[in-house]
Amino acid sequence: MSGKTLYDKLWDSHLVKQREDGTALIYIDRQLIHEVTSPQAFEGLRLTGRKPWRADANLATPDHNIPTTKAERSRGLEGIVDPVSRIQVRTLADNCRDYGITELDMNDIRQGIVHVVGPEQGATLPGMTIVCGDSHTSTHGALGALAHGIGTSEVEHVLATQCLMQKKMKNMLIRVDGKLNPGVTAKDIVLAIIGEIGTAGGTGYTIEFGGDVIRSLSMEGRMTICNMAIEAGARAGLIAVDQTTIDYIRGRPMAPQGEMFNRAAEFWKTLVSDADAHFDRVVVLDAADIIPQVTWGTSPEMVAPVTGVVPDPDLEKDASRADNIRQALKYMGLKPGTAIKDIKLDVVFIGSCTNSRIEDLRAAAAVVKGRKVASTIELAMVVPGSGLVKQQAEAEGLDKIFIEAGLEWREPGCSMCLAMNADQLPAGKHCASTSNRNFEGRQGFGGRTHLVSPAMAAAAAIHGHFVDVRDILLDTART
Amino acid sequence: MKAFTVHTGLAMPLDRANVDTDFIIPKQFLKSIKRSGFGVNLFDEHRYLDKGEPDADNSQRPLNKDFVLNQPRYQGASVLLARENFGCGSSREHAPWALDDFGFRVVIAPSYADIFFNNCFKNGILPIVLDKNLVDQLFKEVNAAEGYTLTVNLPAQSITRPDGSVIHFEVDAFRKHCLLNGLDDIGLTLEDADAISAFENQWREKSPWYFKPA
Repeated sequence: MSGKTLYDKLWDSHLVKQREDGTALIYIDRQLIHEVTSPQAFEGLRLTGRKPWRADANLATPDHNIPTTKAERSRGLEGIVDPVSRIQVRTLADNCRDYGITELDMNDIRQGIVHVVGPEQGATLPGMTIVCGDSHTSTHGALGALAHGIGTSEVEHVLATQCLMQKKMKNMLIRVDGKLNPGVTAKDIVLAIIGEIGTAGGTGYTIEFGGDVIRSLSMEGRMTICNMAIEAGARAGLIAVDQTTIDYIRGRPMAPQGEMFNRAAEFWKTLVSDADAHFDRVVVLDAADIIPQVTWGTSPEMVAPVTGVVPDPDLEKDASRADNIRQALKYMGLKPGTAIKDIKLDVVFIGSCTNSRIEDLRAAAAVVKGRKVASTIELAMVVPGSGLVKQQAEAEGLDKIFIEAGLEWREPGCSMCLAMNADQLPAGKHCASTSNRNFEGRQGFGGRTHLVSPAMAAAAAIHGHFVDVRDILLDTART
Repeated sequence: MKAFTVHTGLAMPLDRANVDTDFIIPKQFLKSIKRSGFGVNLFDEHRYLDKGEPDADNSQRPLNKDFVLNQPRYQGASVLLARENFGCGSSREHAPWALDDFGFRVVIAPSYADIFFNNCFKNGILPIVLDKNLVDQLFKEVNAAEGYTLTVNLPAQSITRPDGSVIHFEVDAFRKHCLLNGLDDIGLTLEDADAISAFENQWREKSPWYFKPA
């Protein structure tokens, strides 16, 4: 009999009940809650007179819908200009108060994007099961936790029962071997992976990311990788626990402390796939083949290396894929054969649960330091992932570097990643974005998104079009 | 949740792969704290020519006449025929809420994104998976015959075409049971409250570090 994968271990340790047809009840250790996908869940509890099973397993913070300008934020909840948004943010606060759930409210220094806040606070721990009414909950898998995005009915279900009804997924291993090229980041790796397996490649699977390159990444980089597992179709991504994970968690406010931490850490070290574990599918990438990536289309799988060109649908043999390319190019206003480096940009967005952590901001700042945003760029903005990331960045002087270069320095939130607040990409405009989705209209009605790493977005801001950030980094190293 | 047993309805083809949930219901409508009223904004960015707003009078907005939902022959459709990886992207349950509110009871596609697929069952919508070639064939038939109607029988797990021929489909036994009876998932799970408590107690004993209050 073969050993267990990390996913098998996490699943088995949380299994409450197995039904004959394969559906199961699994126990949930942590639920993260935000303002957009929770109001109807709390309303459901209210209508049925149910109470949360374990209120202290939940942690809430508003992120999707809140403004990112200081002017609006400084006036608190009442300062939110959009009345519909204000009601939603207030509803979260009311629900958390009514049901005894901890909320890091909009002006709490710890507030931020749920997927930045969870790990940062130590609310995300290895070996946990974690859910949130947000597909990017896969992020938390970077810490060796089984983390699923769920719908609102399931948010209510977890509130009321502390369990999720689930069918076990299959196991996939994506191994990135070799050594990463200089200037290539976690974002480039995950975009290359999605380019390889496609946006439905991981559907029905939990993906474990492994190999030397993944092991060498910081926790921030690992979170970027797992964050986009869902863009490959997998509800959950995972990375095995190692010393990097344990060092990251030590001392975080909601993590165990002292002797309890040591005991926990001993257990967490077992959260790796056994050497003889069976994976239903294994994909291997060589890091030597990965260079900075840029998406040119309307799906994250429509991606090319920065040295590449926009594809020609007439050269695509599969008719349905050719149609997809045609549709995408029409929406994006791009011609086949255009060099990626010739794509001109109007807006630059650095932020989102994919790339708004301190390491991301450092990488972007290193590129723009001492340079100016191109005059053709209409808006370049940096939105830190949490109040604490913002504070750290300011302590390091990154805010000044951005502001001097001509980028706006905003308050934490999801912002232009999904454009629910006022931060919207105008129709027809091209945006170099460190977010996770380039779907039609995602960043704003008619907006044209290109997904890239923070360093690539910063470089694009300086030049007004895509450039290979490796050239800039070489340039910086020389001077 | 409303029960699903047998449904007969007009089929509408949405001939596009990887339809994401942003496509199904754009973000600005997610500011609502209600579960209903999303139907008028289903496929908003493709159905209308202008940008939709939550408080807009949708009856005054310019329609995209080319979009399938606006074509006279598909008015009243309740069976959505779709392509692979339908419902990918955001976990927003507003997507099935919008489909349901508009009047769709069944989706037929070669494949779905996992979260969307799951969300459908929670809202009395039946997402059916059929072989890609068969879906392709259904697209051809719908396009060829105006008023193309399908009868979907959940107890029998069958789809009856206008010519009387029958297609069999698979569905998980537990999901089928819940959908047929319109069962409340939470109520069902709470029948296992003792098992949940027992699990919780041993888990707390073994791994107390997961029980530090947030």
